[in-house]
Formats: sequence, C-alpha cells, structure tokens
Amino acid sequence: MSGRPEHQAPPEIFYGEDEARKYSRNTRMMEIQLTMSERAVELLCLPENQPCHLLDLGCGSGLSGETLTEQGHIWTGVDISSAMLGVAKEREVEGDLLLGDLGQGLPFRAGAFDGAISISALQWLEFFKVRYFNNYCFIFHLIDCRLCNADQRSHNPAKRLYIFFSSLYSCLSRGSRAIFQFYPENSSQVELITSQAMKAGFTGGLVVDYPNSTKAKKFFLCLMTGGQQPLPAALGVDSREDAPNHVAFSQKRDRVKQLRSGKAPKKSRDWILEKKERRRRQGKETRDDSKFTGRKRPSHVW
Amino acid sequence: MKLLTHNILTSKCLKGVTVGYPLGIVAKEVKVNEVDFNPEFISRMIQKVDWPALCKAAENLGHTDELPSTVVDDYENNEEFLKKAHHFLMEIEVMNGDLICPETGRKFPVTDGIPNMLANEDEV
Repeated sequence: MSGRPEHQAPPEIFYGEDEARKYSRNTRMMEIQLTMSERAVELLCLPENQPCHLLDLGCGSGLSGETLTEQGHIWTGVDISSAMLGVAKEREVEGDLLLGDLGQGLPFRAGAFDGAISISALQWLEFFKVRYFNNYCFIFHLIDCRLCNADQRSHNPAKRLYIFFSSLYSCLSRGSRAIFQFYPENSSQVELITSQAMKAGFTGGLVVDYPNSTKAKKFFLCLMTGGQQPLPAALGVDSREDAPNHVAFSQKRDRVKQLRSGKAPKKSRDWILEKKERRRRQGKETRDDSKFTGRKRPSHVW
Repeated sequence: MKLLTHNILTSKCLKGVTVGYPLGIVAKEVKVNEVDFNPEFISRMIQKVDWPALCKAAENLGHTDELPSTVVDDYENNEEFLKKAHHFLMEIEVMNGDLICPETGRKFPVTDGIPNMLANEDEV
C-alpha cells in the first residue's frame, strides 16, 4: 500500500467526520495550506485591488477559501465530502458551499467566475481504484447501496477529467485562469490530466516551485483561457535562493561561535592557569604556578 | 446559498437537459444576514447576473421588498440601486429547501445552506 490517501478510499469516505476534523485542526497542515493558497492566488494574476468572484474546487473545510476572503474576494466552494463541508460551515467561512462531484461537471452558467483555485484536490478526482473498492465494498454494501454504483467512477478517469475541465472552461470568463496545486503520483497521471485540460480548450502548463528540494517542492497546474501566454516563473529555481525548510551553513556557524565566546579553548595552558585562579578564589588548595604548569607531556600510552 | 450563487447555478450536467436554467426555488427556511457592501464588486456582478432570474428567485422566496424589475441605466453610480442589488444578491440566504430543474423537475435539496448537486450515476 503506497500510503497515498487517495488510494485508500474515495474522498467522501476518506474525509468522514473524524478525518475532516483532524485535517482542520492540524496547525502544520493549516500553515502549508495557507502558503499554497496564497501562492495559487498569486499565480492567478488577478487585477490589483479588485474583489473578484472566484471558484474553490475541492474546497474541503474552507482553509483555502479563507485566504480568498482575506484577500477581499467573493468565492464559491465545491466539495464531495459533506463532512468536510460541515466543518467549513462550523468555521463560518464566508464563501457559499456546494456539495458536488467535480467529475460530473460544474453546474454553473457560462462566464460566471473570474478565476478558480484548487488546493490538494485534483489527485482525488481521477481515481477510484477498483482493487481497493473491492476490499471494502462488502462492508459498505449493507450501509449504502448507492456506493456500489460508484465503482463506475473508475471506468473512465479520462472522461471524468474531460467533463470537469470542459465545464470549468465554460464557467470561467475569458482571460481568466485556474490554478491547481496537487500531488502528482507519477508522470503518466500528470500527462493524463494536462492532456484532458488541453482538449477542453485550456492553454498553460505545470509550474514547479523549489524543484530541487524534496520537502518544499510544489506542483501548480496553471490553466489559462485567454490563448497562449507565458507561464509564471517558479519559485526557488535560482540556485542562490534557499528553499524553506533548509538552513544554510549550520556547521560553519558552530565553529565561529566557539571562537567568539571569549574563553580559552579547553585544556590549553591558558585554560589551566585560569582554572587554578578560579580554585584559589574559591579558597581551595591549589599548587603554585611554575614553569612546569601545563607543559607539553610526552604522549602517553594509556 | 446566496441568491448570487443561485443565479449562476444550472442543472445542465444532467442527461437530457439542454439549458437547465434558471432553477426554481422552493424554500422552507430563509435567512437574512448583514454583509459588507462593496459597490465595485456589485457593479461588476450586475453585468454577469441574469436580472429576470434574480427577480423570479426573490419572488419565489416571498421577498417582495422592491427589487427593481429591470437594471437601471447608469447603475454604477446609483448607490441606492447598488445597495438593493447587494441586499438581494449577498444578504438573502436559502438555508433549507429545494432547487428544481426547469426541464426535468428533478429536485436538488438544500440543507443547512448547502445545495446538494450530486447526480446519480444514471443521470449523468
């Protein structure tokens, strides 16, 4: 088992009530989501100081949506997990929320939005692995028969992606963008996703921030509706710029600290004389200093 | 669900639906909130909003407090008009009820302010 959450269960099962709550309380997770959301908004290249009408795809518990509100935008979020949306409602997010499956298409009128973002959601869209489904299908069969029909989602990921991207293309106003931060599993997944997006009429491509750092590396799929345009520049590509989570020159700093502390390095003659002075000040019995104090001894064999 | 969102929602993802707009509303619970007024945003949204659909929605909700039936000329500078538009688009929220597809009659339930737009496998 690869440990990727989207291999374990479809999103509305994986993000049940417990997981939804955990997700929204984990502060490190929240920080990461916040940074990625801010970067996604940056990549949207919206006109300055203008509140826009935005779409948050796979909005979950509203972490990314809050960034949109903070920047003065009005947003609508779509997610397939009612538990996650419930948490968003509890957190009283400003955006309007919809329960929906992105792979069924977006139910919006043409040109409704000025832009769209999606944080950590795209990888959930495609896959409903049939083999994992078979493992728990028996359990859920008794609970909700509708789930057993859901295996049809696995039959054609390309079709679901195409339906999603073409409906997204139509509901975005001309010249606007859709930015997807996601975790690609492998290059053929990236290939499938980008090819369906291009088929639906989008131009654009993948922007990879901090490509040389395993921890900081982030993938942003930038889709544009206004015809061919240059891709925005990735962060951390210039080798002089440090990726976050990486501290430079930590060993050099330690050595410098030692020399700067003002005391003599241990076991030298000066250190011995200082130590004897300290003992005398403490009133302890100390031998007098002589020319033999701290002399170099012939090396012992212990 | 705010009326701004209702104004852009369609049922066109369903099989056999050509336009699927506008969706009818049968509301069991409606809430009125106070939302910060942003004239610039409202001006821009008025260009995108389908005004007759907005009027019909307001009517369905029984909120007859004077939404003008057509968009006034030079609305960008008419603060009173913008404030009215703001009230209807952003401050009226459907909490419980159903949205109805105009072509198939299919109902999309709204629970706790969230419309359920999930379609069954055979409807897509």
